[in-house]
Amino acid sequence: MMPAEKKVFKGFKARELPKEDLFTQGHRACQGCGGALALRLITKAIGRRVIVANATGCMEIISSAFPQTAWDVPWIHVAFENAAAVASGVESALKAMMRKGKLKEEKIFVLAVAGDGGTADIGLQALSGALERGHDFVYVCIDNEAYMNTGIQRSSSTPFGARTTTSPAGKKSIGQMTRKKNVPAIAVAHDIPYVATACPTYYLDLMNKVKKAIETPGPAYLHCLSACPTGWRCAPNLAIEVGRLAVETGVFPLYEVINGRYKINYPHRRLKPVRQYLEMQGRFRHLTDEYIEIIQERVNKEMAKLRALERFASFYESVLANF
Amino acid sequence: MGKVNAIISWKKLNLGIAITEPGSARKFLTGDWRTQRPVLDKEACIRCGRCWIYCPEGAYTEDEEGYFQCNLDYCKGCGICAQECPEGAINMVLEEKE
Repeated sequence: MMPAEKKVFKGFKARELPKEDLFTQGHRACQGCGGALALRLITKAIGRRVIVANATGCMEIISSAFPQTAWDVPWIHVAFENAAAVASGVESALKAMMRKGKLKEEKIFVLAVAGDGGTADIGLQALSGALERGHDFVYVCIDNEAYMNTGIQRSSSTPFGARTTTSPAGKKSIGQMTRKKNVPAIAVAHDIPYVATACPTYYLDLMNKVKKAIETPGPAYLHCLSACPTGWRCAPNLAIEVGRLAVETGVFPLYEVINGRYKINYPHRRLKPVRQYLEMQGRFRHLTDEYIEIIQERVNKEMAKLRALERFASFYESVLANF
Repeated sequence: MGKVNAIISWKKLNLGIAITEPGSARKFLTGDWRTQRPVLDKEACIRCGRCWIYCPEGAYTEDEEGYFQCNLDYCKGCGICAQECPEGAINMVLEEKE
């Protein structure tokens, strides 16, 4: 998993995970919240030397109900669109203060956390700017595929056919009419050294990717699927299972893009039928067989495209080697 | 259990309402949210730790023998531990009315 240059750290092991919880108990998330689990694992992977800039959203609300905080690391709540902008500012301030001798020279990681609304919708400009300027930080998008905090409204990250309050399903509509925005591809287009998708069901994969992202000099983007039983309308105990099916059906493949080179982590084998994933969730319950077929074809095409990207990376390298 | 006294005089607030006590949410006991609680069958448990890893609350802790105990002060009764246990050693039991 880890690049060959990193000799000291070989990857997290399930039996040797850090025991300390830096995203503490007592947060106000729903029962079975995939996002809370994702943040718990991410903070475990990073450790204490981090400053977090968290945009408004579910994850910010549940962890910082005044006068308490569930964060055991330095943390700032920023405006909805600002996670990347404030993270840029924090990173630059740390650089300047260390250069001027006001802070001891040491490695302090900067983490920007935002939801799918705060990344794919309102936060896209700030994200693009921060990636273009090349700050040394990690941006994590906790994607629960809608504006869940305000009562399940659609975002550009809501998948096709999903029912939300602003994309209701009925006689005239099948729910969300547009496709899920491919934000990792947008990050890759900025030519940053590390982009990855992750899911808390595959916790070692997630934690290793977080570790890689913080150790990579320059910007890194991590897109983390966050199962939301409340908004996706499934039982709270199925949050992990629904994440597993999202990956195994190819709806949310796990891959990394290291310096422009794609590498698929999961799924390796034949894809499970998309129907298994859709049938678990009430937000897709209205879909007819015809639409499930449309979604299945789309998933097949996108997986084929991703696999082609993975194969052709070496072709590009051989072409570019001539220059 | 899950009560917070947030009535503080404005004179006592920090600049920017900065919270200076990290992890203070540990004082907020979410255990009274649940309607069912996990019960472990120690005979079937293989001490894999998946219940501890997958708990969104971080309610599990490892004891000296390596078994994982659920802290009922925080458990919200979501049932992920019971669902993910590969041996089926955890079962969710309805909370009795007190």
